[in-house]
Amino acid sequence: MNRGDAFGNAIVFRFGWHKLTLMKQGQLFDEMWGQDGALREAYSDFNTWFAGQEPSRLRKKQAEAERLFRLTGITFNVYGRAEATERLIPFDIIPRIISGREWSRLCRGIEQRVRAINAFLHDIYHRQEIIRAGRLPVEMIAKNAAFLPQMIGVSPPGGVYTHIVGIDLVRTGPDEFFVLEDNARTPSGVSYMLENRETMLHMFPELFSQNRVQSVQNYPRQLRRSLAACAPAMSGDRPTVAVLTPGIYNSAYYEHSFLADKMGVELVEGHDLRVVDGRVAMRTTRGYQPIDVLYRRVDDDFLDPLNFRPDSALGVPGILDVYRSGGITIANAPGTGIADDKAIYSYMPEIVEFYTGEKALLKNVPTWRCNDPESLAYVLDNLAELVVKEVHGSGGYGMLIGPTSSKRELEEFRRKLKAKPSNYIAQPTLSLSTVPIFTKAGLAPRHVDLRPFVLVSPQGVDITPGGLTRVALKKGSLVVNSSQGGGTKDTWVLED
Amino acid sequence: MLGKTAGGLFWMFRYLERSENTARLIEAGQRIALTRSNSADDEWASVLQSAGAYGGFVDIHGTEISRDGAIDWMLRDPDNPSSVLNMAEAARNNGKTVRTALTREVWESINENWMTLRDALARKVPERDLPDVLALIRQRSAFVRGAMHGTMLRNDIYDFARIGTFMERADNTARILDVKYYVLLPSVVAVGTSIDNVQWQTILRSVSAEGGFHMTFGQDARPREIAQFLMLDKRMPRSLAFCVGKIRDNLGYLADDYGARLSCHDLCDQLAEHTMSHTIDEIIEMGLHEFISDFLKSLASLGSQIETDYRFYN
Repeated sequence: MNRGDAFGNAIVFRFGWHKLTLMKQGQLFDEMWGQDGALREAYSDFNTWFAGQEPSRLRKKQAEAERLFRLTGITFNVYGRAEATERLIPFDIIPRIISGREWSRLCRGIEQRVRAINAFLHDIYHRQEIIRAGRLPVEMIAKNAAFLPQMIGVSPPGGVYTHIVGIDLVRTGPDEFFVLEDNARTPSGVSYMLENRETMLHMFPELFSQNRVQSVQNYPRQLRRSLAACAPAMSGDRPTVAVLTPGIYNSAYYEHSFLADKMGVELVEGHDLRVVDGRVAMRTTRGYQPIDVLYRRVDDDFLDPLNFRPDSALGVPGILDVYRSGGITIANAPGTGIADDKAIYSYMPEIVEFYTGEKALLKNVPTWRCNDPESLAYVLDNLAELVVKEVHGSGGYGMLIGPTSSKRELEEFRRKLKAKPSNYIAQPTLSLSTVPIFTKAGLAPRHVDLRPFVLVSPQGVDITPGGLTRVALKKGSLVVNSSQGGGTKDTWVLED
Repeated sequence: MLGKTAGGLFWMFRYLERSENTARLIEAGQRIALTRSNSADDEWASVLQSAGAYGGFVDIHGTEISRDGAIDWMLRDPDNPSSVLNMAEAARNNGKTVRTALTREVWESINENWMTLRDALARKVPERDLPDVLALIRQRSAFVRGAMHGTMLRNDIYDFARIGTFMERADNTARILDVKYYVLLPSVVAVGTSIDNVQWQTILRSVSAEGGFHMTFGQDARPREIAQFLMLDKRMPRSLAFCVGKIRDNLGYLADDYGARLSCHDLCDQLAEHTMSHTIDEIIEMGLHEFISDFLKSLASLGSQIETDYRFYN
């Protein structure tokens, strides 16, 4: 590769026909080219392969990938659009590569954090030591809609609250990772991790004989094993596991059916289930059969019309009573949302330290809680440099990215903040790392995040090597959400 | 297996069979329209009746039936729940619901069936493209069937899919006979006239049975033999006897598998006995029309009994 000439505020690298343009934007870190344009080691075999590829072949492969995804039906629905038809999440064929060493360091941090989250959930629904110790203000719990009073005193089988966790990470430098968000309710995206890999294996088998990439394909087996390990004491040797979906029109339906299929378990909807003799049972062609572990992909609110939202048709009347009497395991447990709430997020360093007795290995993004008057004043003064998020929002909706917003948008948010400060948190804009994507003009850097998937069971914490890399396909954009023009990449963790 | 899954499979394969049958009926109708100039539009009325689409058509478009109107209604009209396009989408939605019961090959073929037909039927089909589109519909169904035969376990999943297929097929053949029975009655047939020959050929063509018939009975098509072939011949994969036999076989496998005989098994035995215990002459003597009407009624009650016995809905 030739070091390109710097012009304006961009540096252009060229090698062969490939052109890479890096925006010079403070300390911007590219995971392939580092900060200074020197190829990073994890990418060296990939780069050799890539330099030898015909652009026309790669373009054909990019189109082929799309056809494969359509055929498999990996589509999602965009909410709030009249023509809410099925769309594909764009897939980029350039893998995101993480070295084995980087990964093991990350894993230690993730495991520590996930253990702390589980300990926190147990504490918060029992003695609330953390509040007694004055490390978490009581109003964070008392006034929080994500706290479920119905869970007070309930101990789930195996002591596991969050069987499946997704930790959203961003990177700003070779050794700088931050947790952007914890997903302790029903994290999605794991089917993309698996299908992206399948697609890459299908299209570029030679890449996998040249690179030693750790396999992700055991995830469904691990998931089933870890769910079964949390079955209630009353169930037999082979507990019956089922996946609960809101139905085929849900945006993540593909994933629900994919996981049920790969685990070899039934995919059920609320109307397939009812409480029979104190157990939750599914209607089969031979009659009602009890379920031991329900991996539910339905939100708490909709889980049980008798105990939560009475108008919900997605759940099972009375399931929470069965749960409390130990007749079924619900994964994740109801009420785990209190651990991934954006307001609680800002206390995560304290939470990790309180339950593990160690400093948190993974950093939090510094966060201003706008309900605090001093923080609010700071946020209002520095709005143009900050990212402001709704405490309970998700999917990249209802957030403000200061540096890329117009004066009018800033003013609008200023009004919202003043009207309801407790509804918002603010964070500095990080210079997120980039990874190249494949474009018509060659490689181009785009911002990424990473969601590793973590399984928790009484036997331990299992982290699949890889995860879901989401990439903001629009130049300069920091928003990676699929509902807002984000795409995905295959994520490789190399063997050391 | 979930009751819902059994029902989803049953209907998925009914829908698929129905869209294929509709394509075949249109093909036969088009053929007759091209070879006869007068009363061609009457023919479309009888095609609509055979496809079970007449009532819905008349409700929306009135009794004035044109070739284009009838074909568009059966192929792609969104208001016709049984249009090929709606069937392809319904089959795919059912496929999604029962995805865990299907192999990847079967799911992909049913998904591709929908993607292909959605494109092919996005606009009104011009007459010159009609043969290709109809061929495409049949070919795509054949792909699904092929994927199913080649990759699915022979278990209860397979049984419910097969039962759905043969329920729909029996229903379809019976409806064709019901609409055209008068052509097959000896009393009103002026044997050997060209008009009737065309009518008979149409009947055979609409069940893809011309070749098979001629192989079995030679070139001299007589209405009595056609009726026998379509109703009682156990080699003919669209005859009433064949379909009922298959339904009985697959219900039998379910009974063995589950170790339980249910009401639907008795109903099916009665239907099979009634269908197979008469000669064609006896049936014509008793009244062809009455026989077929009874058959359609019994078939419908068998369908709802299966639905109840295997808990499709509750």
